[in-house]
Amino acid sequence: MAMDDVQVKDGVDAETVEAVKALSGAYKYGWNTEIEMEYAPKGLSEDIVRLISSKNDEPEWMLDWRLAAYRRWLELIEPDWAMVDYPKIDFQDQYYYARPKSMEEKPKSLDDVDPKLLETYKKLGIPLKEQALLAGVEAPEGERRVAVDAVFDSVSVGTTFQAELMKAGVIFCSISEAIREHPELVRKYLGTVVPVSDNYYATLNCAVFSDGSFVYIPPGVRCPMELSTYFRINAENTGQFERTLIIADKESYVSYLEGCTAPQRDIAQLHAAVVELIALDDAEIKYSTVQNWYPGDENGKGGIYNFVTKRADCRGDRSKVMWTQVETGSAVTWKYPSCVLRGNDSQGEFYSIAIANNMQQADTGTKMVHLGKNTKSRIVSKGISAGKAQNTYRGLVSMHPKAKNSRNFTQCDSLLIGDKCGAHTVPYIEVKNNSSRVEHEATTSKVDDDQLFYCRSRGMGEEDAVALVVNGFCKEVLQALPMEFAMEAQALVAISLEGSVG
Amino acid sequence: MLEIKNLCVQLEEEDKKILRGVNLSLEAGKVHAIMGPNGSGKSTLSYVLSGKGGYEVTEGSAHLEGNDILEMEPEERAAAGLFLAFQYPVEIPGVGNMTFLRTAVNSQRKLRGEPEMSAGEFLKVVRAKAKDLKIDADMLKRPVNVGFSGGEKKRNEILQMAMLEPKMCILDETDSGLDVDAMKLVAQGVNALRDGKRTFLVITHYQRLLDHIKPDVVHIMAAGRIIKSGGPELALEVENNGYADLLEETA
Repeated sequence: MAMDDVQVKDGVDAETVEAVKALSGAYKYGWNTEIEMEYAPKGLSEDIVRLISSKNDEPEWMLDWRLAAYRRWLELIEPDWAMVDYPKIDFQDQYYYARPKSMEEKPKSLDDVDPKLLETYKKLGIPLKEQALLAGVEAPEGERRVAVDAVFDSVSVGTTFQAELMKAGVIFCSISEAIREHPELVRKYLGTVVPVSDNYYATLNCAVFSDGSFVYIPPGVRCPMELSTYFRINAENTGQFERTLIIADKESYVSYLEGCTAPQRDIAQLHAAVVELIALDDAEIKYSTVQNWYPGDENGKGGIYNFVTKRADCRGDRSKVMWTQVETGSAVTWKYPSCVLRGNDSQGEFYSIAIANNMQQADTGTKMVHLGKNTKSRIVSKGISAGKAQNTYRGLVSMHPKAKNSRNFTQCDSLLIGDKCGAHTVPYIEVKNNSSRVEHEATTSKVDDDQLFYCRSRGMGEEDAVALVVNGFCKEVLQALPMEFAMEAQALVAISLEGSVG
Repeated sequence: MLEIKNLCVQLEEEDKKILRGVNLSLEAGKVHAIMGPNGSGKSTLSYVLSGKGGYEVTEGSAHLEGNDILEMEPEERAAAGLFLAFQYPVEIPGVGNMTFLRTAVNSQRKLRGEPEMSAGEFLKVVRAKAKDLKIDADMLKRPVNVGFSGGEKKRNEILQMAMLEPKMCILDETDSGLDVDAMKLVAQGVNALRDGKRTFLVITHYQRLLDHIKPDVVHIMAAGRIIKSGGPELALEVENNGYADLLEETA
C-alpha cells in the first residue's frame, strides 16, 4: 500500500483571499421554484419508510427490503475516515419525502405536468419537449437527441422519448415506475452491485430512496439516443435520496448523462444517492455526471452534503464501463464511482475533474477491483483547489489472485490556485498476483503567475486566463465527455473558479 | 509612439532599485535596440512596460501614443497595441497553440470593442502567417510551448506578434538560445512586420541579431540607466571592445 499526502503552501497572497471574499452570486442555479409542496412528517422512522413506499404504490417485497435496510441502518455508525469536516447531521431534522402537490395525481403525459415544473426545467436549460437538446448547443442538421428523466425533490416529473425508446426495446423510466411495471428486472438486479449493507449512506438510501431512473438495454441493442436524468432539489430541509439502476444486457451500449442543481439556501441539505450499473457480456456503459449542486457561500454556509455511492459491475466478459465526472458543486462531496471488473477481459475507466473553491471540501476518487483475468482499468483524476478548499483524491486499485495479467494505469494531478487551499492524494494499491501491473503517476502544480501574465500580456482578462489554464489542465477528462456536456462543463469550470484569483 | 520619462523601478518585495531614471523616446516606425551587460535592467524594463507584477514604479512615466500605460492592466496594454516577445516563453499544458492564439486575438478585439474574428477567417490568416515562419500544422495543434525547442518557442512568439499586429513590439533577447539559421528565420519574421509605422524595441546582448534586424538607434544600458545612445555603429563598438570602456567613460 502506498500513501502520500501533498499539501503545498508558498508565498502569501492576501489578494486571493480578498477576491474569494468578494465572490458571491456566481452560482446561477440558486433560484427557487415557488410551488405548493406536500411533505412527509419531519424525521426518520419505520412509519416514514412505510409512507414513502405507499406513496410510490410499491409491492410488499419492496417495502420489506426497505424496512430491512432501515433496521440495519439504525445499527450503523456514520463513517469519519474521509478528509471532510462538517457539523453532525441530525437525521431527525430532515424531510425524507417532498413532492409538488400537483404531482399527487400522476400526470398521464408531459402535457399534463404542472406548468410551474415545466418552467423550472426550462429555466435550467433542460428540455422536456421531445425535439429539444441540452442547453447551450444549437441544434445541427440531423441533431442528436437526448431523452430526459426529470426528478424534482422526491419524484420524477416526467420522462421524454419513452415511446420511441420502447420501439428499440429500451426501458427508460423512473425507478418507482420500474418497481411497479418491471418488478422482475428490478428484483433481479437491485442491490446486487451496492448491497444493502454496503455503507452508512447507501443503507440509508435503501430505506428511504424516493425516486431516480431505471434503464434496461436489451441484448444487442445500441441505445438510439443519449439518456439523461436531471436532479433538482427545491424544497427546504429536504434530503434527496435518488436511486439509479442501469442494466446493459449482452452486446448492448448506452451513454447516460446525469446533471444536478439546487437553490441557494443558508442551511445545508443532504443528498445521498446510490447508482448501480450492470454490464453483461460485451456490453458497454458510459456514465457522465456534471454535478453542480449549490456549493454554499464563501463562508461555508449552506450547500449540499453529497454522500454518494456509485458502482458498476462489469459482470460479463469483455464488458466495459466508463465513468466521467465533473464535480463543481456541493459543500461536501464524498463520492467514489467504482468498477468491479468481474468478467474476464472487462475494462473500467474513470475520468474525473473535481473543483473545490471557497470552503468546499471534496473527497472523491474511485475503486477499481480486478477480479477477472486480463482486466484493464484506467484512472485519470484532475483535482483543482482554490480559495480555502480541500480536495482529496482517494483511490483503490486491487488485483485479486485470479485477476491474472491485469493492468491498471492511474494518473492523478492536482492544481492549486492561491495559497490557502489544499490537495491530497491517497492511493491504495493491493496486488495479489504477480502477473498484473499497476502504474501510478501523481503531480501537484500551481497556476503560476508567469502563466497568467503570459496570457494577460496577450490580451486575455485575468479570469479568462485562469479558465484557459485550468481547462488545459482538465483537457483529457473534458475530451471523455459527450460533446454537449463537454461544452457545458468547460463553461462551468470557468464559472466555478470566478473570483479565485486576485 | 512610446515615451519613457525618468522611469524608476524597484522590486516590491525588497528594497532593491533596478531602474534609476530611464529616458527613451521611440518614434513611430523606428527600430531601437538596447544593449547592456547582465543585470543592467533591460528585461525589467520590458516587464514593467508590459505590466508584470512584482515591481513598483517609484518615479517617472511611460506613455503609449499619449496614454499612460503604467495605469493599465496587462491585457489593456496589449489591446492598446503593446506586445512583448518573451525571453522565456511560458508553457501552458493542455491548451492548443491555435486555441491560445484565437483566444488572444478575440480578447483584444473585444477589449477594443471590435467584432470577433470568425473561425474560418482566423484559420486562413494563421495558416498563411505560420507558413512564413516555417511553423507546421502540428506545431499549431500542440499545447502552447510544451515540448517546443528553443527555436520553435521564439518563432511561436513572432507568430503571436504577427497575428496580434501590435503597434509597439518589445523583443526581449529573442536571439538567446538560437542557432544561426533559427535567428535568421526569426529576424525575417520581424523584418516582415516592419512597415514604417510599427515601432520596435529590441533588447539583446549581442550585435549579431542587429546584423539581421537593422536598428535606427542603439542605446547602451547599465546599472538601470541609458548611458549612451547612438547609431548602429555603437553596437559594433560594443562588439569589438565590450562594455568596459563605455562604463568607464560614464563612471
